[in-house]
Amino acid sequence: MAVVETRALTKVFKRGELGAVNNIDLLTEEGEFLVLLGPSGSGKTTLLRMIAGLEEPTSGEILIGGSVVNRLTPRERRIAMVFQSYALYPHLSVYKNIAFPLKAQGVQKAQQREKVEWAASLLGIKRLLDRKPRQLSGGERQRVALARAIVREPTVFLLDEPLSNLDAKLRASAREELEHFHKRIGTTTIYVTHDQVEAMAMGDRVVVLHQGYIRQIGTPTQVYDEPADTFVATFLGSPPMNLLEADDVIVGFRPEHLIPAALVRPEAAIPLRFRVQLVEYLGVDWILYGSMEGGRFHGKEVISRLPSAMSYVADTVHDFAVCDKDLRFFDRKTEKRIPPKALSWQ
Amino acid sequence: MFLPAILYVVALIGLPLVLAVLYSVGDVKVGSVGYHFVGFENFRSILQSPAFRRSLLNSFIFTVGSQVLVLVGSTILSLALEKQFRGRGFVRFLILLPWVAPVSLGAIGWKWILDSLYSVINWVLVALHFYKPYSAPMWLGEPTLAMISVILVHTWRLLPFSTVILLAGLTAIPKDIPEAAAIDGAGFWRTMFQITIPMMLPIVNVAILFGVIFTFTDMTVVYILTRGGPYDTTQVVPSLAFFTGILGGDLSEGAAISLFLVPLLVAVAYLMLRIAHRAEVA
Amino acid sequence: MTRERIREVFLGIGHWAVVVVFSVLLAFPFYWMLITTFKRSNDLYNLKNNPFIFNERPTLEHLRLLFGETLYLRWVANTALVGLLVVLITLLLALPAAYALARLTGRWGERLGIAIFLTYLVPPTLLFIPLSRVVSTLGLQDTIWSLVVVYPSFTIPFSTWLLMGFFKSIPKDLEDAAMVDGLTRFGAFIKLVVPISLSGILTVVIFTFTLVTQEFVYALTFISPEVHQMVGVGVPTFLVRGDVYYWGSLMAACLITSLPIALVYNLFLDRFIAGFTVGAVK
Repeated sequence: MAVVETRALTKVFKRGELGAVNNIDLLTEEGEFLVLLGPSGSGKTTLLRMIAGLEEPTSGEILIGGSVVNRLTPRERRIAMVFQSYALYPHLSVYKNIAFPLKAQGVQKAQQREKVEWAASLLGIKRLLDRKPRQLSGGERQRVALARAIVREPTVFLLDEPLSNLDAKLRASAREELEHFHKRIGTTTIYVTHDQVEAMAMGDRVVVLHQGYIRQIGTPTQVYDEPADTFVATFLGSPPMNLLEADDVIVGFRPEHLIPAALVRPEAAIPLRFRVQLVEYLGVDWILYGSMEGGRFHGKEVISRLPSAMSYVADTVHDFAVCDKDLRFFDRKTEKRIPPKALSWQ
Repeated sequence: MFLPAILYVVALIGLPLVLAVLYSVGDVKVGSVGYHFVGFENFRSILQSPAFRRSLLNSFIFTVGSQVLVLVGSTILSLALEKQFRGRGFVRFLILLPWVAPVSLGAIGWKWILDSLYSVINWVLVALHFYKPYSAPMWLGEPTLAMISVILVHTWRLLPFSTVILLAGLTAIPKDIPEAAAIDGAGFWRTMFQITIPMMLPIVNVAILFGVIFTFTDMTVVYILTRGGPYDTTQVVPSLAFFTGILGGDLSEGAAISLFLVPLLVAVAYLMLRIAHRAEVA
Repeated sequence: MTRERIREVFLGIGHWAVVVVFSVLLAFPFYWMLITTFKRSNDLYNLKNNPFIFNERPTLEHLRLLFGETLYLRWVANTALVGLLVVLITLLLALPAAYALARLTGRWGERLGIAIFLTYLVPPTLLFIPLSRVVSTLGLQDTIWSLVVVYPSFTIPFSTWLLMGFFKSIPKDLEDAAMVDGLTRFGAFIKLVVPISLSGILTVVIFTFTLVTQEFVYALTFISPEVHQMVGVGVPTFLVRGDVYYWGSLMAACLITSLPIALVYNLFLDRFIAGFTVGAVK
């Protein structure tokens, strides 16, 4: 097992163009499940591919287990990777797929069999060993890919959006399976995804990337509750954080914190008039789309999310409030988080 | 809507095919009017003719020989061309020339290169002192050399075709498969022999089938280079059919000779159908 | 440098060696045609001269001979005319056939398409003997009309197959939408399907035309008079007087004919190849 570190890692695909990955400093902890989260084009996959050795960095260093691996080929880095498509070898049986890394290492036949069977039983795919990849379901393919990845006991696991090819129902169970798998193996894992639900559910820490830069590194609760800037604040959470511009600050609050005034202690909250315009019923929650009524933010659109026990209809105005502690402030120019500020809401 | 096309093709392929069978069991000659059924007389006589047996054997030697060379060469070349590099487009154009240029003209170019007196190959061999002047090999004049020459020219002509077909198969391999192999610790040769080449197999079959058809049924290269000579040693089934049926005027015997192409065609068609069927299922 | 890096360097050198060796081997005859075209006869036929360089000043004499004293241009014109007519017939028959087969529901469309494709594999050398009789019965012997009639028999099958692929890639919804918007099926075909598959149609045009220029066996069999020859037969047959080869003019003709065909073919290559892979490559 080992930690992965990047120092000022940069990748520029075309000279003169913006970097796909810029100046990334990252350090995993031993056995950590680190999620790289970002929209498409954020550089998360490029970053992962550089760590794997599939892409050569323009500048900066990559360290695995404390030594620089920039000049090493993928096979010398002793990492394992699960691809988005799983990249199973279509002409080989499941057994041979899993045994392939061992064969490449020159492991003896008997020992190969032992290890393949160990990996297969760990993932519950022993009965599939004679099949070809195309005879497997999506979930089974993921397990084969994982078995192939763990069979030679890599120092680091890299996973590139492994759930994105599965349908919604399968995705939840596959996610849970991955979590169990990581708990059992305990190998340092770097996981790339654009899905915030996956990131929040699985990550020990989440690295939020945007346009090749790290916007924030933190535990799921940190990035959700204490976003470092407006990008993180709106990228995480659905619906996203409400942002209102006032002078040189942006004030933000999550939809679930915009609640009926009756539910909060008035001395620790900002009272707001909320005009409900559209109501979505989601079973567990109500999502209320509406606008502020009166005050300096009159007409600004905001969203509220309430437990389904309450009921509202469109085109009505209500007394709502946001607790002081739930307000987040950002600098209007830099869009970075700043300490709370006194603000006139009238 | 597809009826006119099918009728046209049936009239010009199906009908002649039936005629070929009828001729082969008759006694049709250029200028003759009547038709007499003679049974398998033509087949009996050509099977006894040493020239025919020789040409049948030659056809197999040419086909197998050139296809082995084509297969090895095109596999290497397609793997080399798959990589992106500067000037790849131009290299591809150069490599394709033998296939896209008319066969007869490419073959005549070779006839000049292999000329008995002014062969550039011989000039080089003499200049390098492998041979004394005027004693250099007669490429198209000696049986073994002539056969090798014809095989090589066939190889030259079909190599580009096979290469681009294999290249199509190679580019269809998803990029992350070789990447996964690299991560799994496979080096260049292991990736090539255990991943890339096995994954190319279906398309290699297609290339072989076309190559076999194009070689076994071709008479142009032989006709231009050697006219089947010296002493019928490079005669193949199609060219013998031409010399017998068209130049010799014995349409029946010519037709009977060319019908020996049919079993091979049927076999190839069957295999091709299997490939198409498997592609449909997958 | 690690061992892996050294390995990479060697693989790089190997890669270039393969590309260079194959390019030279495959393109050499065309380079040789070029040199021969501009060499004086004294230079060509002197064994003491280094054949790779011009030992005497280059000359245009061979080109003058080719264009001035042979029927080369006439053969080119014949070929162009036959090509044009065959393209027209092919399009006229293959377009509706391919469209109908592509829209035929169920597996039968695919199967019928493959059946048509397989007829492309039937070689001229199997059919030329009966066809020569058919052609003379129709009174078409020794005219280019014999070729205009016969050539579509092998251009239609492959063209239909290629076009089928193109038509299949057009979503049926598009036509349904056009028909909902008030076009007839025929209108939808002309105004929607044809323009969208223009590149496919162009591919078929080029493919048909190059096949016509490359064909040798039928042209050799059906046409004897020098003046009615196709370029692929005329050049290797009539630029040779008895035993005397006019190598300079011969090579000039080969080069001048091959290059334009090769250039155009090269542009459409990937589409032709897609047709040849029989679905073994997705």
